[in-house]
Amino acid sequence: MAQEQIGQFGINHVSILDKEGNVDEKLASGFTKEQLSEMYYYMNLLRKFDEKLFNLQRSGKIGTYAQTKGQEASEIGSGLALSENDWFVPSFRELGVYLTRKVPKNLLVQAWNGDTRALGNPNHSHNLPISIPIGSQCIHATGIAWASQIKQEKDVTIVYFGEGATSEGDFHEAMNFAGVFNLPIVFFCQRNGWSISTPTTKETKSETIAQKAIAYGFKGIQVDGNDVLAVNKVTTQAIEKARSGDGPTLIESITYRMGDHTTSDDSMKYRTQEEINEWENKDPVLRFEKYITNNNILNEQEKTDIHNAIEREIQEAVEQGLSVEKPNPEQMFEDVFAQMPEMLKEQKEELLNEIIQMSEQNNNGGNQ
Amino acid sequence: MTKMHMVSALNNALDIAMKADDKIVILGEDVGVDGGVFRVTENLQKNYGEQRVIDTPLAEAGIVGCSIGMSLNGLKPIPEIQFSGFSYQAFHHIKQHMARIRQRTNNTMSCPMVLRAPCSGGIRALEHHSESPESFFIHCQGIRVIMPAGPYDAKGLMLAAIKSEDPVIFLEPKKIYRSFKEDVPEEAYEIELDKANVRKQGTDLTMISWGAMTRLCEETIEDLEKENISVEHIDLRTLWPLDINTLSNSVNKTKKCIIVQEATKSCSLSSEISAQINERCVLNLEAPIQRVTSWDLPFPQFALENYFLPNKTRIKNAVKKVLEF
Ligand SMILES: Cc1ncc(C[n+]2csc(CCOP(=O)(O)OP(=O)(O)O)c2C)c(N)n1
Repeated sequence: MAQEQIGQFGINHVSILDKEGNVDEKLASGFTKEQLSEMYYYMNLLRKFDEKLFNLQRSGKIGTYAQTKGQEASEIGSGLALSENDWFVPSFRELGVYLTRKVPKNLLVQAWNGDTRALGNPNHSHNLPISIPIGSQCIHATGIAWASQIKQEKDVTIVYFGEGATSEGDFHEAMNFAGVFNLPIVFFCQRNGWSISTPTTKETKSETIAQKAIAYGFKGIQVDGNDVLAVNKVTTQAIEKARSGDGPTLIESITYRMGDHTTSDDSMKYRTQEEINEWENKDPVLRFEKYITNNNILNEQEKTDIHNAIEREIQEAVEQGLSVEKPNPEQMFEDVFAQMPEMLKEQKEELLNEIIQMSEQNNNGGNQ
Repeated sequence: MTKMHMVSALNNALDIAMKADDKIVILGEDVGVDGGVFRVTENLQKNYGEQRVIDTPLAEAGIVGCSIGMSLNGLKPIPEIQFSGFSYQAFHHIKQHMARIRQRTNNTMSCPMVLRAPCSGGIRALEHHSESPESFFIHCQGIRVIMPAGPYDAKGLMLAAIKSEDPVIFLEPKKIYRSFKEDVPEEAYEIELDKANVRKQGTDLTMISWGAMTRLCEETIEDLEKENISVEHIDLRTLWPLDINTLSNSVNKTKKCIIVQEATKSCSLSSEISAQINERCVLNLEAPIQRVTSWDLPFPQFALENYFLPNKTRIKNAVKKVLEF
């Protein structure tokens, strides 16, 4: 019996910006002032908009909300690596990527207020609506990428998911198909430490998420997900690789969910304040702020202008998003089939009669 | 007796069962340290350890598939699917294996287990969190499906379900988890499975409901009584197998029937009940059976859910229709 090593695999970790805002000069070169300024705008916009949506939920103005806080670098860094025609397939915590895709902010407010009209695709762009069934979007992304390949189009697909999603079968089928057919896709895992109350160590025995790519025959890479420069660089490379026909990449972006899972969760039941404090030291927004300030990339006036613009845009978005007329009840009948079947028309009539009746009863002071 | 919410009654039932039988294990997403996202399994991991109350990876097919295996090998698993809308991720195990292992092994194997899942709408939840999927499971042939209508029923049905020799899908309407309390005995008690519950005797019509709709029916019946309408109200408790005799006996007496269900209308449990009552009672019926349901649509985003779900007006319109026929 002979034994020889027939394979050897490794995983690289990439970082450019440390938590004090110091950079690896060689890796940081190549970012223009315009790019850095755009990152600065989006990172701060995301932090502020996320806070605003959280507060709107707390004051009862919108429904359950899933915070993004802590994941700004991961989302903005990767989102800005995409071209307009690339396909964006989200999970449900990618507010930042939606912003970089220039989805109108008032629609994002409206969507978190349970209004279907806001889930639509205003620019007919390659953005999918949020996907709540965990992991299921991975396999659609693979199909989208496959279609691009078959049609010989140059669009790349990026799909987002948490590390919890890597426990679902859909994720593995998506990865396997992508490998077998060498598809133009980037799997972007936001490893944020927790899947509700379940820590990463209970989702997987793997030391890294990135290494899961090895089993499917393509490259996995780990990146400091709180370092917007590193995330942007790694994602840009993966996108270019996919675009040039060299197949998929799995990116493991190490970050942290600084807020609760959603506004219905209380994370103090399962994690410690010390852990949160530790990650506050690695805050991606503050880290980038230090870098921008220490290196005089933006002066005080430029920064103030950006912050003022952010304040104004958020205020406008919230005003518009909340003041929009409530959806008509019959709306829910409209988009089920391309043409409404007779059967649904009848049910719709029944509802409309019911509504008239209810409002008459209310006017007469009776209960419904 | 203690006044309990349904969440506490279920927690209490699980606690009693786990104490009595060390073959019982609970497994699912966030059921341990967190006590479940609705707190139904609160403190159970503390009391019975991580071997018996298990936080699993995020994988419904894994949770249900492993439960089937555990059951085949002598444990009594109580898996939780965090929301019934994610039970579809485990559907192939439910349909292809859980439902038919007894039949395909010539009754030499079976997989008794209680698959719990919070279900149904009315709490402004996000997409896929509000569905009432009971008909899918009923259509699997070989599974018992239970949906309690309140705290007392929940505890007694859960303890009976755990004793069942066949797999049970136990659907818990979220809207009534904490919306009202009832007197619940502290000690163990079981409610007979496969038996509907005549909650109120009446003479003018029979009203059949289950889950969160039973509460809505009760409130509507209070209004109807002020108009001197006498309703016989039956809650199914076990949705499948169906206790058709209790239903048809009642309809033969009242001669009129309405069925109130939260799920969408077509090809649903209400369709089946209506068909079977027609088969048995058609010569006694004095009006066509009316069904009050949600519309035949995907559950809408929550801004519109109140227009989607059945309400008192919809029920009263149906009552009027059968009485004035
Ligand atoms: C298929 C499915 N199962 C369960 C849930 C309930 N749920 C919503 S988010 C979540 C945790 C997700 O964790 P992860 O994938 O790590 O993403 P994160 O929340 O950390 O962004 C769970 C269990 C769901 N939405 N879909």
